[in-house]
Amino acid sequence: MRPLDIAYMWELVPVIAGYIPLTLFMAVIAMVAALVLAALLAIVRVLKIPVLDRVVAVFISFFRGTPLLVQLFLFYYGLPQMLSFLTSIDGVTAAIFGLTMHFSAYMAESIRGAILGVDRSQWEAAQSIGMTQGQLLRRIVLPQAARTAAPTLMNYFIDMIKSTSLAFTLGVTEMMGAAQKEAAGSFLYLEAFLVVALFYWAIVELLSVGQRRMELHLGKAVAR
Amino acid sequence: MSCEIDIAGLVKRFGGNTVLNGIDLCLKPGERVAVIGPSGTGKSTLLRCLNFLDPPDEGRITIGDLSVDAARAGKADMLALRRRTGFVFQNYALFANKTARDNIMEGLTTVRNWPKPKAEERAREILQQIGLGDRGDSYPSALSGGQQQRVGIGRAMALDAELMLFDEPTSALDPEWVGEVLDLIRRIADGRQTMLIVTHEMQFAREIADRIVFMEGGRIVEQGPPAQIFGNARDERTRAFLRRVG
Ligand SMILES: Nc1ncnc2c1ncn2[C@@H]1O[C@H](COP(=O)(O)OP(=O)(O)OP(=O)(O)O)[C@@H](O)[C@H]1O
Ligand SMILES: [Mg+2]
Repeated sequence: MRPLDIAYMWELVPVIAGYIPLTLFMAVIAMVAALVLAALLAIVRVLKIPVLDRVVAVFISFFRGTPLLVQLFLFYYGLPQMLSFLTSIDGVTAAIFGLTMHFSAYMAESIRGAILGVDRSQWEAAQSIGMTQGQLLRRIVLPQAARTAAPTLMNYFIDMIKSTSLAFTLGVTEMMGAAQKEAAGSFLYLEAFLVVALFYWAIVELLSVGQRRMELHLGKAVAR
Repeated sequence: MSCEIDIAGLVKRFGGNTVLNGIDLCLKPGERVAVIGPSGTGKSTLLRCLNFLDPPDEGRITIGDLSVDAARAGKADMLALRRRTGFVFQNYALFANKTARDNIMEGLTTVRNWPKPKAEERAREILQQIGLGDRGDSYPSALSGGQQQRVGIGRAMALDAELMLFDEPTSALDPEWVGEVLDLIRRIADGRQTMLIVTHEMQFAREIADRIVFMEGGRIVEQGPPAQIFGNARDERTRAFLRRVG
């Protein structure tokens, strides 16, 4: 057994920290895009819009039914072989795209559940005063569904941050990619991967604190 | 006097089940009509068809200068009808994410595009009328059943609808709150608001209604002034029903 090279780990801290912005950038962009897409998918499913509903069901099933890594490889290495205009796409864009698709499928299901959780009679009341479907979704149903779905969506965001580490398999140097490169140079794999693990852990813990605060706040708002 | 509201040959089917089997009904301006009848007879369905919550299959609905042929009604007809009919739900159905005031204002700002100050002013008046002048900022979850139903009525009042539809507005209430809600409806009726009210409160129906409509099996069996229906119904089915409900 050899002792951990603590000094080397300290040296890595600023190196890995330098890639936090890229990791967060990918996670935040993919999260926002996935939220929008998921809301649209959920609405299509709830309103049972003909044809689209079937397409969306297959989309959700596919992206929940296959591994994220496989999806990323499909987008980055696979698709450009057929669609040549995709050849110029960089790893970061492909990773954001893949994360968006993958997580929107999961998030659509929880948003759909939250929408269905809004009492049917509120839909009818909104219709009875003459609101259009768009108005009643935007003003009555979605705000309430968002509240119900928020904790689950927050969990997906945490999951999303960890999943950005897969971007390194597309040649992106983010936190994981940086650790991998360092380790390959120093052969101190344990130290490098331990540092990057601690970084992910710290970020997730910070977010969990935020999440608990948010839940308390939402709980209060509902109990009012 | 001619009909302000004219319902002609209204038919509604759910699958193979014909729930409304040709309803004809004429309401004069300011007329208050109470609909009574056994459970499962289509009373709620009639009200819901008039508001297009359940689109009717056949028949014609005329409200003032708006006339809609059910078989051919499009989205625009549906919205136009809804703007002329206020609906009060049995279970209040308030918007849980909005305060009492915002529940009342929602139709004015979102549907009618009123500027906010004007809608607020109107909401203030209505809150006074429903006796909740100081509860405008309360969310539904903080209101009693009776208060919630009064907001539900206020929301329908805000539409200034030609026809107000009440579907058993007190059935879901604890007995202690029934009185205040009936009082409010009585005041609205006193203002000669044209209304169609489905109720199990026979005494109340007798008091406020100009006319009682007795329905059974998706048809209007008999109708007439309260004194006639309650005192001297012609049809045996009406008499049997009234004996049952006491
Ligand atoms: N959405 C629906 N789908 C299928 N059947 C329905 C639907 N709504 C109502 N019905 C049926 O239509 C019939 C009439 O129902 P409705 O609710 O209008 O009766 P009601 O007279 O209001 O009864 P109650 O006094 O119990 O409220 C019932 O047999 C009911 O099962
Ligand atoms: Mg009913």
